Amino acid sequence: MKSQINVRNVVVALVALGLLLLPLYSALTGNIFILTLFTRIVIFALAAASLNLIMGYGGMMSFGHAAYLGIGGYAVGILAHEGIGSGFIQWPVALAASALYALVIGALSLRTRGVYFIMITLAFAQMAYYIASGLSRYGGDDGLTIYKRSTFGGLIDLSNRVQFYYLCLGCLFGGVYLIWRIINSRFGMVVQGVRSNEQRMQAIGFHANRYRLVCFVISGTMCGLAGALLANNTDFISPAGMYWTRSGELMVMVVFGGMGSLFGPVLGTIVFLLLEEVLSQFTEYWALIMGPLLLLIVLFARGGIMGLLGRLSRG
Amino acid sequence: MLVLVEQSLNGLQFGLLLFLLAAGLTLVFGIMDFVNLAHGSLYMMGAYFAATFVAWTNSFILGILLALGATLLLGIALEFIALRHLYGRDHLDQVLATFGLILFFNDAVRLIWGPAGLSLPLPAWLTVPVQIVPGVFYPAYRLSIIVVALAVAALLYVVVMRTRIGMLIRAGASNREMIGALGINIKLLFTLVFGLGAALAGLAGLMQAPILTVQIGMGENILILAFVIIVIGGIGSIRGAFMAAIFVGMIDTLGRAFLPDLLRMVLSSAAASTAAPALSSMLIYLLMAIVLVVRPEGLFPAAKR
Repeated sequence: MKSQINVRNVVVALVALGLLLLPLYSALTGNIFILTLFTRIVIFALAAASLNLIMGYGGMMSFGHAAYLGIGGYAVGILAHEGIGSGFIQWPVALAASALYALVIGALSLRTRGVYFIMITLAFAQMAYYIASGLSRYGGDDGLTIYKRSTFGGLIDLSNRVQFYYLCLGCLFGGVYLIWRIINSRFGMVVQGVRSNEQRMQAIGFHANRYRLVCFVISGTMCGLAGALLANNTDFISPAGMYWTRSGELMVMVVFGGMGSLFGPVLGTIVFLLLEEVLSQFTEYWALIMGPLLLLIVLFARGGIMGLLGRLSRG
Repeated sequence: MLVLVEQSLNGLQFGLLLFLLAAGLTLVFGIMDFVNLAHGSLYMMGAYFAATFVAWTNSFILGILLALGATLLLGIALEFIALRHLYGRDHLDQVLATFGLILFFNDAVRLIWGPAGLSLPLPAWLTVPVQIVPGVFYPAYRLSIIVVALAVAALLYVVVMRTRIGMLIRAGASNREMIGALGINIKLLFTLVFGLGAALAGLAGLMQAPILTVQIGMGENILILAFVIIVIGGIGSIRGAFMAAIFVGMIDTLGRAFLPDLLRMVLSSAAASTAAPALSSMLIYLLMAIVLVVRPEGLFPAAKR
């Protein structure tokens, strides 16, 4: 059996440990900023991980994942606006709405392949964006302020920074664990088999598109959860948060970390958002550096961070 | 009735602009198998170049000609420096790399021209209304957009279908390896096609510039529309892009113009005025969804490769 101790696994373990201990560091140094920054990172990592499930394992290049962030967020925001503050109602609604959207969009989009799929998911996400802009009762273009975070009957206080961070981290680890279980299950094997050779899977007797669709819905639902968390984190939801560039950023995070690796998107998100943070402190025009950097990474660093670590592990 | 004529012309004009943008996108995709998200950035650059050069030269015609040349050169430079290394790569790689270019261009424009938008004033001779049929006046500038775009579309048709370059382009679209093997300089051909696509995008941008403000991100929304058009028309098909562009331009414009009134018949006035803009923005995507359900390959698919 192969040794489990290699560079890649050590890095993953250290990052996971770091994420767990971060509030301790924040409390000891009084650095609150790093905790809020990492709360955001952890939430986006969940979204990226969900995207990786369909992109990396299912071979479905969704360019519309920001829509789920918006749908999950709007579910929380709209219910809060209408006076329903309980997370026990808000969150299931957020998940159900995302799942339903994913089901409809997926059923239509999965009729296409390749670049058509990229474009149709993009176009549907734009449609969702316009719907959100048209919600004049809920702020329209200007967005909706959420005055009170979701309540869970005293079980957990989302306004408490540390508790909220651990809730997000729990969701992330839970999500990654779920993905791990999925990809190693029979269902996950079929989905990966369809990615590699759809015709053969069909010939064996699997209904390829049904498996794909279920995978697509799971991913969308998970991303909807990230949306509910994100809305609680920013206390605000607006159409701008579901603009197509956000979907592009999510794709970048996945590819940065290494598509089709379990923990890669988490690393990718950390690197991408930290880089954005550092560059934007350095210069107002951070995208001037980030853009070409992205081009270079695509050109020269295939497999992302995980690919790099994998090469290091093999020596 | 008059409003209908005017709005139909507006729709036609918008559709033709969309065609210029979509034609470049679909040419590049059909021939190089390359998805270029930065196409919208070239559209934006065309508009910025035009606003700058017109202000410099004090001449509208000279300014837009310079802008057209500048966009062409920019496209060629872009292809030469970065994009040619992405041919033959995954579509995902291409999407991500050109997404990076969008980020770059948006910030570069902000750095050079500042965050506020520019305007491109029209010369006096283009602002007069023209009487198209007795009693119906239409702005000369919008009319000239229709004329120019139709001329360009016709020219594109002649070039692609009737010239040697066009023959090579079509040959490249159906079998890249083969025309390379026949001794055609395929790299040069690709650069040329990319430059042509860039110039078309720039032309669309600079013609739209006097109607809307020239601003950062102006290429992004319209790029998505162009994508929708090539999906509806069938990727790689110029004819399909033309039909779909006119169709989408009409639906978008007429939807915006008449949907509020139509909705007011069934809904309360307030509800209609909030629902209408969202619904008219959605119409096109609904159309695309229907097309994809009925014909996943688009309405006028290019010949199978």
